[in-house]
Amino acid sequence: MQTYDLEADGLRGLNSALHAQKDGSNQTNWKVVNPKGSHAIAVGLDAPIEVTVTGSTGYYCGGMNQQATINVEGSAGPGVAENMMSGTVIVEGDASQYAGATGHGGLLVIKGNASSRCGISMKGIDIVVHGNIGHMSAFMAQSGNLVVLGDAGDALGDSLYEARLFVRGKVKSLGADCIEKDMRPEHLEILADLLERAGADAKPEEFTRYGSARKLYNFDIDNASAY
Amino acid sequence: MCGIVGLFLKDKSLEPRLGAMLTEMLVTMSDRGPDSAGIAVYGTDADDQAKLTVQSDNAAEDFARLDTDLAAAIDVEVSIRVKDTHAVLELSAAKVAQARQALAELRPGVRVMSTGDTMEIYKEVGLPQSVADRFEISAMTGTHGIGHTRMATESAVNTLGAHPFSTGPDQCLVHNGSLSNHNSLRRKLAREGVTVETENDTEVAAAYLTWKMQQGSTLGEALDSGINDLDGFYTFVVGTKDGFGVLRDPIACKPAVLAETDQYVAFGSEYRALVNLPGIEDAKVWEPEPATVYFWSH
Repeated sequence: MQTYDLEADGLRGLNSALHAQKDGSNQTNWKVVNPKGSHAIAVGLDAPIEVTVTGSTGYYCGGMNQQATINVEGSAGPGVAENMMSGTVIVEGDASQYAGATGHGGLLVIKGNASSRCGISMKGIDIVVHGNIGHMSAFMAQSGNLVVLGDAGDALGDSLYEARLFVRGKVKSLGADCIEKDMRPEHLEILADLLERAGADAKPEEFTRYGSARKLYNFDIDNASAY
Repeated sequence: MCGIVGLFLKDKSLEPRLGAMLTEMLVTMSDRGPDSAGIAVYGTDADDQAKLTVQSDNAAEDFARLDTDLAAAIDVEVSIRVKDTHAVLELSAAKVAQARQALAELRPGVRVMSTGDTMEIYKEVGLPQSVADRFEISAMTGTHGIGHTRMATESAVNTLGAHPFSTGPDQCLVHNGSLSNHNSLRRKLAREGVTVETENDTEVAAAYLTWKMQQGSTLGEALDSGINDLDGFYTFVVGTKDGFGVLRDPIACKPAVLAETDQYVAFGSEYRALVNLPGIEDAKVWEPEPATVYFWSH
């Protein structure tokens, strides 16, 4: 276990040390102490290592992650796991706006609530939120799965493409072109797997699936008022 | 961007440290806005005495004998505390309007930053640390206070464009964002007899809230009507003599974090601003909801 004191040794030192880890590294376990809400912690990692941040983080923690597992033992600021490619980011507390934005792959687990624009423009990432999510979540989401055990805020899935949205609680309102859809056996299977990997205590049957009505894919003059 | 911090104390034993705590919080937010910085501090309330915080670009000349000149002009006892480019004049609360009038004639270069029973506002161009040092903010005692560091988007980078803005007694407002209907609202307020001094969008919002409160709204009610009347992006933090409020626009893309313990309510544009507050580890920390008024009072 490598311990890194962010307050004493600075952010650049941490990220350079983490970037230097390659597949097969024997320094596979890192602990970052005194994060104190700092920005860009453990960004751009590309090795199968595990990083635990012992506190709350600022903007973009775990951004662009590949392969690594990053645990935040606190809450995360805006843009946690933004543009993640693979690997896992787990936030024990809450996440601020645009969690998992534009993510291409990997799994983001938020054990508390996520605020607005969770999963905006997601492109293949899987996001599991144990609590609630805020307004405009999954805006223009292209692929991947967003699973919410609690409630969703206004305009869920506005201008959605092919991402799957699963919500257990209430949805305040659906965005343009987002509709409720049937839960088919393959969806229950996807959901069961994600819930298990995210350590979530919920049954797939309790969720409702939402997806795109595919009416806004191409411009149609009759839809002008929906833009 | 802009950075905002705010601290509303519930525990009186922290009051001597208010200025020091606010300064540390604001300095942490320096990289959110390097253009100018300002702090409003609500201090002790002396019976029947009011405070006028004034500013001058030519302080040495303007503040020399200002107390005696003003005392002679309006026939009242006046004391003065000079802090760099600012000075706090204390005089009978009944004479404030007269004092403002006399000031404009005696010292045309002097600008009134704020009036009120307890509030003092200090703001200048520069980084938070240098502004706080110039005005010795760390040594200030108080019940609550608000700080702002500005990255200018609307109106010039100068002292008057810095936050906090005050347009009414003991009322101040800071803003992260930009308002798109400030010109039409400025004209509307002018028709109601409310004037603002600068081209700045935030001052219009401050004037709007003051106008609503003059019409009998509480700060909470004034903020509520602001959701309909103010168009644009905003996270506002406002102060009154005994209250402290937060409001975000319905889109809520400007960041905001609140923390509450038995000892205080604290606001930061980012969690970083709050990390050294006492007991923050066990505080209730949350992001204020969009279009929702949060308000605390003593």
